[in-house]
Amino acid sequence: MTGGHAGRQAYTGVPRWLYALAVLAALVVVLPLAAMVARVNWANFIPLVTSGPALAALGLSLRTAAASTALCIVLGVPLAVVLARGRFPLLGLLRAMVLLPLVLPPVVGGIALLYTFGRQGLLGGAIEVLGLQIAFSTTAVVLAQTFVALPFLVVSLEGALRTGGQRYEAVAATLGASPGTVFRRVTLPLVLPGLASGAVLSFARSLGEFGATLTFAGSLQGVTRTLPLEIYLQRETDPDAAVALSLVLVAVAIAVVALAYRRPGGKVRNQQASGERPTTAATPGGALT
Amino acid sequence: MKRSRKPAAVLPALLLTTALAGCAGGGGTGSNGTLTVFAAASLKSSFTEIAERFEAENPGITVTFSFAGSADLATQLSQGAPADVFASADAGTMAKVQEAGLVHGEPRDFATNTLAITVPPGNPAGIRSFADLGRPGTRLVACAPQVPCGAAAARVADSTGTVLSPVSEENSVTDVLGKVISGEADAGLVYVTDVRSAGTRVEGIPFPEASAAVNPYPAAVLAGSRNEAAAGRFLDLLAGPEGQEVLAADGFGPGPV
Repeated sequence: MTGGHAGRQAYTGVPRWLYALAVLAALVVVLPLAAMVARVNWANFIPLVTSGPALAALGLSLRTAAASTALCIVLGVPLAVVLARGRFPLLGLLRAMVLLPLVLPPVVGGIALLYTFGRQGLLGGAIEVLGLQIAFSTTAVVLAQTFVALPFLVVSLEGALRTGGQRYEAVAATLGASPGTVFRRVTLPLVLPGLASGAVLSFARSLGEFGATLTFAGSLQGVTRTLPLEIYLQRETDPDAAVALSLVLVAVAIAVVALAYRRPGGKVRNQQASGERPTTAATPGGALT
Repeated sequence: MKRSRKPAAVLPALLLTTALAGCAGGGGTGSNGTLTVFAAASLKSSFTEIAERFEAENPGITVTFSFAGSADLATQLSQGAPADVFASADAGTMAKVQEAGLVHGEPRDFATNTLAITVPPGNPAGIRSFADLGRPGTRLVACAPQVPCGAAAARVADSTGTVLSPVSEENSVTDVLGKVISGEADAGLVYVTDVRSAGTRVEGIPFPEASAAVNPYPAAVLAGSRNEAAAGRFLDLLAGPEGQEVLAADGFGPGPV
């Protein structure tokens, strides 16, 4: 907003044809959803979405997605920190591998999980020795969801860590804070908004998980049949129920996305040199707290 | 300024060409010489073979298939998918298509399918009979009652008084078969033809109680067909000795024609 650039602020250089194509792009997403909403049987909507199987599926979906999100946070935070701050060979390769579920068809994830945790899978023998059974259990649903949702948390958090820079961490370190203290007192609070939106996106992805669950976990009411699987099954006999439940999932997804992209307090950090390296070595053992 | 014009002209042109190409590719069905058959997934191998004989007997006609779950095909037909013949894996789906006014004439049952127990090679859980499926601790995978194979399983369970508690209720027989092939399930309830097509990857155990739920396969000429005569001949071939021979080799029972 400096005086010299005032004219540039008012200029909105979007050519008109770009608007036309943008509307077309928006229609690609919005039109099918609108078409689905138009098909909702409103007279029976409440009974359809509150039937026993529907509520069982919704409850299972919410429980498993919450568990998967918790697992994503526990496992994803350390991974994102290592990817953003770590220095070791093959880091790029590790990142590529971790992001793979973003582009893999979920059914491929399901097959991979089957050959890992299944009865005859890589860890199948060890799991059976422990007296555990993963296939056809709710645990399998959570594993499938975590597999597909983890990259969302890692990507969001790694991005926040990189744009946040390391200036404050460097300062804390020069004041004598140990790496653990810096992580707890400086790094985590700084990236909390990024972590929150990553967690919300992971939750949303878990909620929508279908392919890996169907392949790996099976489909049984109250145990493994989450909302997307229930929709897939209802579609066979009762399209009205399938549409009504789809609408519920769309509503939840809209709420979740809105939550993730809400700008908390309009805070925009604008570091001049985010890539700045700590110039002073940390003094180990120094007490900041 | 000049440079920014280029994409303006190129992009819409590109979109238009793609759209037009899509249109040209879409509406080719029903033209002379093509017979489009929508058939239940379980009919794939039999119908592919029968179509070869049909094409040999009817020079100039090419048979094209869409194989999928019967319910999916019925949905596609009701949304206007162009086809000449519909062959369903259950009577209920055919009845829905008929109610929608999409069938020309009467559907004809051309085959039957019966349930069979399938187990992984070596039968690790030692399943011998239908009653064994209800044993506690048996990991049984079946179809959901909402789909034809699950409805058949429920009928057999009712008629024998066996209580089945599957660890998973799948949407299709192929999903059930997959869980047995991978060794996750101790046993699965599928059709005799599925066991046949899975070859050595599974073992099949036929059981007498299956006769309580014999599943007829109806086929019909569709109202939208532009090749009714050829469609009728295809149905004749299915019901005739040649078609029945091919179907029997894949494990189908004779249709009560």
